[in-house]
Amino acid sequence: MARALMKGTEAIAEAAIQAGCKYFFGYPITPQNEIPEYMSAHLPKVGGMYLQAESEVASINMVMGGAATGYRVMTTSSSPGISLMSEGISYIAMAELPCVIVNVSRGGPGLGNILPAQGDYSQATRGIGHGDQNIVVLAPGNLQEAVNFTQDAFELSQKYRTPVMLLADGFMGQMMEAVDIKPRKPEDPASNASWALGWWDERGGKRATVYSMLLNPDELEPHDAHLQKKYAAIRANEARCERYQVDDAELVVAAYGTTSRVCRSAIVNLRAEGYRVGMLRPLTLWPFPAADFTLPKSVRGILDVEMSAAFQMVDDVRLATLCDVPIATEGRWGGHSPSVRQIEEKCKELLGSNV
Amino acid sequence: MSETQVFSMPRTWQADVHTHYCPGCTHGIAHRLVCEAVDELGIQNRTIGVAPVGCAVLMHQYMDLDFIEAAHGRAPALASGMKAVRPDRIVFTYQGDGDLASIGMAEIVHAVNRCLPLTVVFINNAIYGMTGGQMAPTTLLGQKSTTSPTGRDAKVSGYPIRMCEMLATLAGPAYIERVALTQPKHIIKAKQAVLKAFRNQTENKGVSFVELLSTCPTNWGMRPTDACKWLEENMIPYYPLGVYKDFA
Repeated sequence: MARALMKGTEAIAEAAIQAGCKYFFGYPITPQNEIPEYMSAHLPKVGGMYLQAESEVASINMVMGGAATGYRVMTTSSSPGISLMSEGISYIAMAELPCVIVNVSRGGPGLGNILPAQGDYSQATRGIGHGDQNIVVLAPGNLQEAVNFTQDAFELSQKYRTPVMLLADGFMGQMMEAVDIKPRKPEDPASNASWALGWWDERGGKRATVYSMLLNPDELEPHDAHLQKKYAAIRANEARCERYQVDDAELVVAAYGTTSRVCRSAIVNLRAEGYRVGMLRPLTLWPFPAADFTLPKSVRGILDVEMSAAFQMVDDVRLATLCDVPIATEGRWGGHSPSVRQIEEKCKELLGSNV
Repeated sequence: MSETQVFSMPRTWQADVHTHYCPGCTHGIAHRLVCEAVDELGIQNRTIGVAPVGCAVLMHQYMDLDFIEAAHGRAPALASGMKAVRPDRIVFTYQGDGDLASIGMAEIVHAVNRCLPLTVVFINNAIYGMTGGQMAPTTLLGQKSTTSPTGRDAKVSGYPIRMCEMLATLAGPAYIERVALTQPKHIIKAKQAVLKAFRNQTENKGVSFVELLSTCPTNWGMRPTDACKWLEENMIPYYPLGVYKDFA
């Protein structure tokens, strides 16, 4: 596909199709409705199927059923819908099935509003549902990343047989940028015959079972340990972070997704004025790129910027840095985003003080 | 003297397994009917079962079929996702009354309405079995359970839900029948119903839903023979046997 100007939601949908996802299960919720709309129009053309669920509870279970057959499947939603999916995500993680979930997050708690927000960080990075699982969480900061990460999500979920979430706030979903969407070849579903259902003959006349219950503690304990071993491998191999102008920085901004764009503009302006400010931008929220938060000696403090009243990522920043330097917070929430000027002023204030 | 074999285990039954079901429970009969249907249609290699939460949560250990466990009530949604991806596979759910008629009411109604070919085996024993005998949506008025200790009171808990009748109001389903598992004449009919529900799917005919009135001697606090009698005297009058829809 040639480079095209696309809306974020539609770019995500097309990226998924180009990654070989032919089956989509979803339920309408703003601000991500263009994804199910796009899928309903385009999947039948590629021999796939769009199935509208009766609820997000159902759509995540449809995803589980589809994933259990070894094919690439996905669902998308926004914050309240993700809460409804939390049960299913826990089951999918336990059953070790690959799938992709997109959260175009909005203001909360409760019904909140339909404007962009980053209040779902803790939910996403702490496994979402009940139990000891984690899921991989990718956070794009522009639409080309939204495209690439959507496609990466399928590959990561297949590699580790685990749910992968693309956490894109409402700005990412609703804005337009030029994107280049390249096809990626999916694995042959029959190559999943060792664990996937519906491949009896390919398995040589043997059955397969997909389960999410192990009543015997002598079975559940090692299974949980096995999951943790997998998560340790993901932590070791898949954490990603962008380091922007960090090497000589006195102040480092920590931000992801939409807020990182605001911060980048602020940093460009601040640098022009001689202020040494940089940014650490996690691209994976889980695993959190803790190793990238090893700071140069020049750094006197960190400013965590989020569209979240609770500043949910700051806990991970504290853990990653072991609070070596003071950490301040700045942001807007409830559907507002911080302004470039707001971030500039906060940075100047911090640099003028002892941070 | 020559010997004639008159009985064997279904081919789809796992060799050398013993179930966890209580003595007198009719799950064993229902499982057998499913296995016999799969055997007779020759679909073992392309059938996928979806186990519920409830007493049948371990059924995948007993049947030699591809199997997945669903979350409580979600089996129809899970089965729909599976059938969407693999329309060439025979997908069935096996669900109890708490699973299907309470927590999973939305999922069953929409799956039945959606017309993606599926087979649903619904066990109605008017009680929550696995959790220890609590009131189900199908518990009869006046019936005692651990959460209706003085008997189900319609003023507090409403009336028992008749699933076949309710689902038969939908335009979608191909076949809906209620049968009972208490005695041979009923079981012979039940066998034909389960077989038909699977055959319909091999012929791509919409959703087939078979309700099996079943006993739970343990949680009803009865001997198995008394349980069968109780079912016939109390459940069948409220849950009449018969075909509620047959477009197949």
